Amino acid sequence: MAEYSIDTQGLLCPMPVIRAQDKVEELQPGDRLEVLSSDPGAMNDIPAWCRINGHTVLEKVQQGREVRILIEVGEG
Amino acid sequence: MSQVRKAAVLVSGGLDSMLAVRVLQEQGVHVEGINFYTGFCVEGHTHAIRKKDQKKDKRNNALWVAEQLGIKLHIVDIVEEYKNVLINPKHGYGANMNPCLDCKIFMVKKAVEWMEKKGFDFIATGEVVGQRPMSQRKDTMPVVSNESGANDLLLRPLCAKNLPPTLPEREGWVDRETLYDFSGRTRKPQMALAKEFGFEDYATPAGGCCFLTDESYSVKLVDLWKARGSRDYEMDDIMLLKVGRHLRPRENFKMIISREEGENNFLQGYKNRYITMRVSDHPGPLVLIDGVANEEELALAGRILARFGKGKRAEEVTVEITPPGEEGYEIQVAPMPPSQIEQNWYI
Repeated sequence: MAEYSIDTQGLLCPMPVIRAQDKVEELQPGDRLEVLSSDPGAMNDIPAWCRINGHTVLEKVQQGREVRILIEVGEG
Repeated sequence: MSQVRKAAVLVSGGLDSMLAVRVLQEQGVHVEGINFYTGFCVEGHTHAIRKKDQKKDKRNNALWVAEQLGIKLHIVDIVEEYKNVLINPKHGYGANMNPCLDCKIFMVKKAVEWMEKKGFDFIATGEVVGQRPMSQRKDTMPVVSNESGANDLLLRPLCAKNLPPTLPEREGWVDRETLYDFSGRTRKPQMALAKEFGFEDYATPAGGCCFLTDESYSVKLVDLWKARGSRDYEMDDIMLLKVGRHLRPRENFKMIISREEGENNFLQGYKNRYITMRVSDHPGPLVLIDGVANEEELALAGRILARFGKGKRAEEVTVEITPPGEEGYEIQVAPMPPSQIEQNWYI
C-alpha cells in the first residue's frame, strides 16, 4: 500500500473529481489518495464518484472552504 | 450464452441520457457513462461561487444519474481541445456562441477513442430527432455519426426507429423492436418512459447545460475576444465570465465587480494576476481590472466602483488599488452619479 496526495485547491468541481479520477487510474488497489480541495462541492462529488467506481472514502473533513478527502482505491 | 456487449453512453446528467442508459440495461448490455467537461458546463461551478447558491443541493447530476443507474462514470477533461471547437466551428454557431453540432461531433469522436481504448463495442446517446434545433435534426444526426468516425456504431435508443439500423441492431446486440421512435421537441414521451422506469427525480435543465447557449454569457465572451484582438481564452477567463457585473468604461480595460460575498471571495483568488480595487472606508464590492489601465483610468474605475458600495452617497471615498503581487495604495475619489454611468459600459 502506498500513499499519495493531490492538491486541487483553486479548482472548481468537477475538476477536483477529474484530477482524483486521473490519479486513481495510476494507482493499485489498496493505495490511498488524499485529495485537497477549496470547493465545498467536492464533499459530495468525490464520495459520489468513489461510490459508483468502487473506491472507499476513509475520511472526509471540511474546515471553512477547505476540504480534505482520503480515498482507498478499490478493485475498479 | 451470448457475449455481453459493452456500450459507452454519453451521460450529461439530464433525463434523455438517463433513459438511454436504462433502455440498454434492460437489454442486458453492460453500460458505462462518459461525461465531458468543456469548461462551459453549467453543472458545478456557479453553485460553488455565489453564497446564496452554496446552500443549494450541490449534487453533480451526471454522477447522481450514474449512481441511480448503477453504472460507472468517467469524466473527461476536454477543456484544452474544446478551444478549437469553439473558436473554429465548421458548422457555425447556434443562436448564441453555441457550436452545438461541432460540439456533439467532437464529443462522440472522443467517445469513439475511449471506446476503442477500453474495448467497448458501441456508443449510445440520449439524442432524439428534432429535439434540438442544431445538433438533433434529421439531417444533422447522420453528420454527427459520420464526422465523428462513429458511423454505424452510434446508437440513439430513444429514436432508433426513426433512423437506419445501426450495427448493434443489425448484429442483434440490441433488439431494434424494443427501442423507441421519439421525435420532436415534446418531452412527453421521455416523461412517460421515466415514469415507466420509476424515475421520479431527474434534472430538467432549462435552456441546456452549457453557458454558450446563454445570450449574456456569449456577449461577454465576444467582448473578451474583441478587446484582446484574439479569439482565444484560458480557463480563468471563462470562469470569470460567469462571475459579477462586467463593465467596460474604456476599450483597454474592463471591470469585474462582485455582486455578493461569495463572488467577493472568488475574485480574491485572482489578486495575484489582476489589479484589484475596493473602497476601504465603506463596505462594498471587490473589483478586478482586466486589461491595462493608467492612473487616470484607475481613478475612473474607482469612481464607478464607489457607486456600487455603501459609500455611494458620500462626497468622497477612499479606494485601495492593489497591483498583482504588490502592496496596495490609496486614492480619494468622488462616487460617480448614476446618470454618468453609461449603459453601453455594461457588457
